Amino acid sequence: MNQGIRRLFVLILGLFVLLLAGTVRWTVIEADELNANSRNARPLLQTARVPRGTIRAADGTLLARSVKQSDGTYVRRYTQEAQQASQLIGWAYTNSGVSGMEKEHQDDLTGKVRSAATLLSALRGNTERGNDVVATLEPKVQQAGLNGLNGRRGAAVAIDVKSGGVLAMVSTPNFDPNQMRNNDSASRIQNDSAGGSPAFNRATQAGYPPGSTFKVVTTAAALESGDYTPTTLVDGSSPLKVETVDLNNFGRKSYGKITLTQALTNSVNTAFARVAEDLGAAPMADAMDAFGFGKIPLIDYPDQQLYASGVYDRDDASQLLEVNDDLDIARVAIGQERLRVTPLQMGLVAAAVARDGQLPRLSTVQRVVDPDGRTLSELDADGDDAGRVMSERDAADLTAMMEKVVEEGSGTAAALSGLRVAGKTGTAERNIRENVTQPWFIGFAPADDPQVAVAVTIERTIGGTGGVDAAPIARAMMEEALR
Amino acid sequence: MILRRIRDLALLIPASLLVAIGFASVFANQGGQLSDLSLLYGAGFLGLCIVAHVIAMSALPDADPYLLPLIAVLACFGLVELYRIDESLARQQATWFILGIGAFSATIFLLRKDYRVLRDYRNLIALAGVLMLLAPRIPGLSNPENGAYLSVALGPVAFQPTELAKLCLVLYLASYLADNRQLLVQEARGPFGLLPPLKYLLPLLAVWGVTMVMLFFIQDIGSAIMYFGVGLAMLYVATGRLLYPVVGLTLFAFGARLLYELRPTIQNRVEAWQDPLNPELIDKVGGSGQLAQGLFAQADGGMLGEGLGGSLMRYFETGATSPLPAAKNDFIYALIVSEVGLIGAAGLILIYLLIVWRGFKVALVAHDSFSKLLALGLATVFALQVFVIVGGVTKLIPLTGVTLPFVSSGGSSIVANFVLLALLLLVSDRARRDTREDLQRAKMGAWR
Repeated sequence: MNQGIRRLFVLILGLFVLLLAGTVRWTVIEADELNANSRNARPLLQTARVPRGTIRAADGTLLARSVKQSDGTYVRRYTQEAQQASQLIGWAYTNSGVSGMEKEHQDDLTGKVRSAATLLSALRGNTERGNDVVATLEPKVQQAGLNGLNGRRGAAVAIDVKSGGVLAMVSTPNFDPNQMRNNDSASRIQNDSAGGSPAFNRATQAGYPPGSTFKVVTTAAALESGDYTPTTLVDGSSPLKVETVDLNNFGRKSYGKITLTQALTNSVNTAFARVAEDLGAAPMADAMDAFGFGKIPLIDYPDQQLYASGVYDRDDASQLLEVNDDLDIARVAIGQERLRVTPLQMGLVAAAVARDGQLPRLSTVQRVVDPDGRTLSELDADGDDAGRVMSERDAADLTAMMEKVVEEGSGTAAALSGLRVAGKTGTAERNIRENVTQPWFIGFAPADDPQVAVAVTIERTIGGTGGVDAAPIARAMMEEALR
Repeated sequence: MILRRIRDLALLIPASLLVAIGFASVFANQGGQLSDLSLLYGAGFLGLCIVAHVIAMSALPDADPYLLPLIAVLACFGLVELYRIDESLARQQATWFILGIGAFSATIFLLRKDYRVLRDYRNLIALAGVLMLLAPRIPGLSNPENGAYLSVALGPVAFQPTELAKLCLVLYLASYLADNRQLLVQEARGPFGLLPPLKYLLPLLAVWGVTMVMLFFIQDIGSAIMYFGVGLAMLYVATGRLLYPVVGLTLFAFGARLLYELRPTIQNRVEAWQDPLNPELIDKVGGSGQLAQGLFAQADGGMLGEGLGGSLMRYFETGATSPLPAAKNDFIYALIVSEVGLIGAAGLILIYLLIVWRGFKVALVAHDSFSKLLALGLATVFALQVFVIVGGVTKLIPLTGVTLPFVSSGGSSIVANFVLLALLLLVSDRARRDTREDLQRAKMGAWR
C-alpha cells in the first residue's frame, strides 16, 4: 500500500504546484491586463481613497486641491487660476480620466513616489495623502498672455531660459476643469469643435504654419554651416522663381544685395530662399533636428497631448516627412511647404538661441513636496540641457540679429523700455484671397542676459501681422516675467 | 521528555509571531492605534492554540508534533484576515475555535484507548453521514443560499453537514476497504480479468453512490468533487489497481457531462469559468462577477501584496457593498493574495502542503490497513478541499464553494476539521508508539 500512498502524494504535490501556478498567473503574468481592465474599479478607487496633493503655481497661488465628500472619497476642485491654464493643468476625475499635468504627475500627486521618511510617518498613523506639486506656472505671465489674446483663438508660451520651466502656456479658448467631473459637460467640452475645442491644447497639439519665425532656424543653419556670417551679402531681389512658381517678398518689395542681418530684420523671403538653396537640404535638416523638430518636445507632459513639429505630407496630414532634397527647401526655409509647428516648439527655438545655443529640457514642475513638507524633487535653477543646437558664438550672432528685428525691423512692437529684446515676427498666410493671416512672434529678453523666451500666435486674423498683433502680447508676457 | 515538551511548545512560535505581526499591521494599515483589546484577542487566541497543543501532547505523547503547530499557523492567519474584514467575524471565529477544540478533545478522549473500534460501526457511520446530507432538505431545517442547500439552521447557527459527512465517508471507506481489499484484489475476474465480483464492490458503491446523489440533491458540487476524489484515491491505494481511478474518472466525465446538460446552474458556472472577464457575464446574475472581482483582487496584490489590512474591501468608506463579496469564506484566498501577495500565498500553500505531507507520513508509518487508509483518506480529503476552493478562485477549475480549511469563516468547517485533526493524531500516536515499542523489543531481544 505504501507505494500507492507515495504515488498519491506526488499527485497531490502536482495539484498544489498547479495552485501556485494559477496564483502566479493572476498576480504576475496577467496582473497588468487585469489592472487595466475597464471593469476593474480597484485602481481608480485606490486613488479616490487617497486625497491627491495640491497643485500650486510658482507664486503659491492654489490651482487644484482635493476635497472630501460625504461618502469619504475625495474629489478635485480647480481654482479660477487653474481655469486660465486649463489645458496645462488638465483634470483628474474617476469618470473622465486624467489629463495634462494631473496625468503626467499622477504618481507624485497620489503619493506613489515616497521617501523612506514619508513611509515611516505613514506607519506612525499619519493620514495618507498625495504629494504637493508646485508648478513652474506664473499666473501673472499666463494672465498677460490671455489678456493679449483677448478672446481670439491662439496660443502663447513663456519659458524660463535658465531652468527650462514653463512660465506660461496659454491656449484659447480654455475651459473650466471642474466641469470635467460631470459626464455630460465633460463630453460637451471634449467634443465642442464649434466652440474651438477648448480641451485641445493649441500650445502643444496644434500644427500651425510658422511663417517667417522659421527664418531663425534657417539663419542658425546658415551660421552653423560656416559659409555665412551676419554680414555676408545675400540677394534679396524679388521675385524669385522656385520650381516654376514665383516667390515674393512681403509687399512684393525687392531688395538688392543686403547683409544676412538686414535680410532677417526685414524678413526678406527671397534672400532666405536663396540661402537655403545654396546650403542644400542636409544643413537645414541638421538644424531642424537639433532644435527638436521631427519629434515631440522633451517636457513632462503627456505624450498624447504633444505634437511633433516638422514638414508633413501634403496628402496625409499625419505623415511626417524627412527633410531632404525631395522637398522644396527654399519654401521650407521661409516657413512654408506644409511646415507644421506648435507654439511650444517655436518657444523652444527662441529659448535655444537665448540659452547660448543649448536646447533646454522643459519642465512644468518646480518642486514636489511630501505631506510632511519635505522636498522630494526640485527643478535645478540651471535646468537641464537637451542638446546643443549651435555654437555659443553663432548663438550670440543670431541674438544680435534678432535684436535688430525688434530695434528697427518688423518687431518693434515687442520693444521694452530700458531692456534689450531679441525676436522675430511671422505672418503665415492662411487664405490669400480673403486676406486671412496667422500672426506670430517669438523672442526673448533681456538680450544681454536672457531670462524668458516666448512664442505667441493668433490662429486667425484678417490682415493682421506678427509685428502688429503678436509682438505686443509677447512684450506684455516678457514684461510680467521680468518684473 | 521535558526537552521534548519544550520543543513542542516552541513549535507554536511561528503562529504567535503571525498573530502579533498580523494584528499590528492590520491596525497600522487601518490608521488606528494598537489597543490593548486587540492584543488581548491575539493573546487569547494563542492561549487556545496552546491549550489544544497541551491536550494533544499529554493525551497522545507519541503523535506527530508538527501537525497542530502548522494548523495553528493557518488558524492565526485566518483570524487576522477575518479580523481585518470585520471585528465581529474574528470574535465568532474564536468562539468556534473553542467549540472546535472541545470537539477535538472529546474525540481524543473518547477514542484514546483504540480508535479502531470505529471500524466496527461503519454501517452506522455511513447511515449518519447520509442522514446528515439529507438534513438541509428537511423542511424547517432547510436554509437555502444561492440555490444550494448547504446548511441547516439549528436555532441561530447555520451548520453545514457536508463538512462532518466527509469524515463519515472516509471512516466508512477505510473500514470497508480494510476488510475487503484482499478479496477485491484476489477475486479479480470480469471482462478484463481485473474486475472483482461485483458483490464485494456493491456495498461500497452503494454508500459512495448515495453520498454523491445526496450532494447533487443539495447542490454542493464542490463537496461532491472532494468526496468522489477521496473515494477514488482510497480505492486505488487499497487495491493498488490503476483501473479503478481510470474507470472512476471516465464515469465522472460522463456524469459531469450529463449534469451540465440537466442543470442550468452548472452551465452558468462553467460559462463563467471559461470567460470570467466577459462584461456580459460579469453583469449577469449568477455570472462571473465574483470570480472576476476575485481575479482583480489577486492582481491588485501582485508579488508582495497591499499589506495586511491594505486591500480594498469597500467601494467607499461608508458603503456597504464590497468589491470582493464572500471574502470571509469562498474568496478568502483572493483576499489573502491581495494583502500578502504571491509570496504570502505561496507560504500558505506550502503550509497546507506540509500538513498533507505529515498526514501521508502517518499513513506510511501506520501498521494496519484500516489505520493507513484512514490517515490517507483524511489527508487526501483535506488536500482536495484546498484544491477545490483555491483552484476555483484562481480559475483552474469551475468555482464551487467549499471552505478553505481553518482559514475561512465557518463553524462547521472548523469543528469538522478539528475532528479530522484529532483522528489523524490518534492514528499517528498509535503508529509511532507501536514502532517505538517494536524497536524496544527488538533491542531487548538483541541484548538478550
